[in-house]
Amino acid sequence: MAISLGFHIVFAVVGIAMPVLMVIAEDRWIRRKDEASLLLARRWAQGTAILFAVGAVSGTVLSFELGLLWPSFMAFAGPIFGMPFSLEGFAFFLEAIFLGIYLYGWERVPPRAHWAAGVLVALSGVLSGVFVVIANGWMNTPTGFRMEGGRAVDVDPWIAMRNPAAPTEIVHMTIAAYLSVGFAVAGIHAWRLLAEPDNLFHRRALGFALWMAGVAAVLQPISGDFSARQVAEHQPVKLAAMEGQFRTERGAPLRLGGWPDEEAETTRYALEIPYGLSLLAFHDPRAVVPGLDAVSRADRPPVHVVHVAFQVMAGCGSALMAVALLGGLLAWRRRGLPDQRWYLRMLVACGPLGFVALEAGWAVTEVGRQPWIVHGVLRTADAVTPMPGLVVPLVTFTAIYLFLGFVVLFLLRRQVFKSPRVVAPAQGRRPAEA
Amino acid sequence: MPLEYWIAGAVMVSLTLYALGAGADFGGGVWDLLSSGPRARAQRDLIAHAIGPIWEANHVWLILVVVLLFVCFPVAWAALSTALHVPLSLMLLGIVLRGSAFTFRSYDDASDAVQRRWGRVFAMASVLTPVMLGVCVGAVAAGRVRVSDGRVLGGFVRPWLAPFPLAVGALALALFAFLAAVYLTLESEDDALREDFRGRALAAGALLGIFALGALALAREEAPRVWMGLSAQPWSLPLHAFIATVAMGALASLWWRRYPLARVLAILQVALVVWGWGLGQFPYLVPPDFTFRAAAAPPAVLRAVLGVLVAGGVVLAPSLWALYRVFGGQRGSGLSSH
Repeated sequence: MAISLGFHIVFAVVGIAMPVLMVIAEDRWIRRKDEASLLLARRWAQGTAILFAVGAVSGTVLSFELGLLWPSFMAFAGPIFGMPFSLEGFAFFLEAIFLGIYLYGWERVPPRAHWAAGVLVALSGVLSGVFVVIANGWMNTPTGFRMEGGRAVDVDPWIAMRNPAAPTEIVHMTIAAYLSVGFAVAGIHAWRLLAEPDNLFHRRALGFALWMAGVAAVLQPISGDFSARQVAEHQPVKLAAMEGQFRTERGAPLRLGGWPDEEAETTRYALEIPYGLSLLAFHDPRAVVPGLDAVSRADRPPVHVVHVAFQVMAGCGSALMAVALLGGLLAWRRRGLPDQRWYLRMLVACGPLGFVALEAGWAVTEVGRQPWIVHGVLRTADAVTPMPGLVVPLVTFTAIYLFLGFVVLFLLRRQVFKSPRVVAPAQGRRPAEA
Repeated sequence: MPLEYWIAGAVMVSLTLYALGAGADFGGGVWDLLSSGPRARAQRDLIAHAIGPIWEANHVWLILVVVLLFVCFPVAWAALSTALHVPLSLMLLGIVLRGSAFTFRSYDDASDAVQRRWGRVFAMASVLTPVMLGVCVGAVAAGRVRVSDGRVLGGFVRPWLAPFPLAVGALALALFAFLAAVYLTLESEDDALREDFRGRALAAGALLGIFALGALALAREEAPRVWMGLSAQPWSLPLHAFIATVAMGALASLWWRRYPLARVLAILQVALVVWGWGLGQFPYLVPPDFTFRAAAAPPAVLRAVLGVLVAGGVVLAPSLWALYRVFGGQRGSGLSSH
């Protein structure tokens, strides 16, 4: 399940963010008749098509896996937090419909209508992401029911949807989608620009992607601050694990790096910034931060995983923000694309970081919630299926996902290599389509 | 009518639309596998063009079914997904491989070897999925899915590996292949291709009749509840007579090359089969342990879901209409011209 999710999340964010790039490029083609932008829109649409198809089938696997692997979880939680899933079903429906029109309708509908279909793909992509994250928010901060004798009563699905974790998680996840995809796309095209510096196709691509990634990278730390304070309030144990905070402490320090030692109940080798954590989590340097010692060992998540994942996420995020700000500065000084070779190299290096941060952040929220599957209500171990030999489907699906991942990478790589060459703004003649 | 029956109706409608749309897309995969003769390549191209723009949208009906089941009938869904873990996983495998292989074939190298490789995966997966879907339906209808206290009775294999579920699996495959062949007769301008698919539709239709009779015969022994539902109700005889008439009508109109009429009748036939099964086991969702009523989630949830369904339908209907209109305007058909 974790593997399916970790796999699916990559395709899901692509489904959220790529359509945005696609319609930005198509808009430029419609308004300025810029050939490179049209080629780009078409090429990006092809990439989106491949990734969306794999995302769609891996999403289907997930919707079944919920029941296949966690039957008692679904029997308990399905009615309470299922509402966002049924809404997501419709959002996904719209995405599939309009993507179909977009991909196969270039010659069949007028340009603006075609572009509008793309916009609808982008919107419904965001919407499905929002609904899924609402469901995840509920697992972190369950609301909308009361427990009575081991059964959920007074179920109100609408209240469950308005759970406290949902708003901050939605914003953080949506920005993360634009951030990770933006930097990955920027990295790919920066790499091609190093080889062919005057190819307009890649120059346009880099420009669009940098805009999206840059804005997201600057906004993300702000949203991260909101998320951290929300976690501090509702899931203090998760926050303590993220920060490697074993003892409850007034004026707790912020730890950068370090390795939590769960036996000795301390985090070693960390760079400590005094009062930092209290300040960040509660906006008060003297605030008390509950440590892991607030709960028994059985109720703690695997601290080192959560702490390291959190450090990785925050580290990547900060680095990407710095790169984005630097790019903004360079672009402002040049009044154009920041295409210094060293900056392009830097972008290539940063290409994967957004996705690293994405996976790490997902690990923080999921592993940080353990040992609970529904925070404070249902333990993960109690929710798993009684089916013996679970390792068989696990291995099968992992193998299939790895295989699909390779094929997708291979196909995308070829698409990039077949990049059309547009040197000067095309005049009259349309460059050959690959 | 109680809330849970409205939801049950929505599940049946989604399942019917899944059969009519995605079912035909899988059927297309079957004909891809069986493409032969001098026009084998043209047959495969026609299938790919017809499926391309719409298979993902068609596929979502299944997701809707799953979501409705686990939100509105959570205990029944838990029982189903535990007892039918194996066939459902195999079906998922088919879904994953079908969708990705089809997409990879569209965007990978156009060379024959590569195309054949992806085409083979696409086609095999298109056979596996309907069979497993049918097996699951058969196991449910036969009342073989028994769960008590979260434990499956009868192990993880016995509930579904039996003559009746397998017969329903074969029936589902024949049904989808028939539907696809009928749709495809209307997809091509080329008379020779049209004749190819006419022949295939007739063959699949005949096979379908045999499988349907076989499944009915087995039902008497193995799925007594459905058998009772399908034979002892006041509406049973008229229903059977009607299905038989429609089926013969579909074959006859294929014979006389009245393709649009054949399509309408084929759609009607598939819908009747799906609803016949549903009515046959009503009011049970998973016989004999769960009726729709016993498995239903709290009324607040059902009300909310119904609200979502209505609102979603309002958004969905014009979008689907736009999709089918752009690609040939063939309303209700799972395949459309390119």
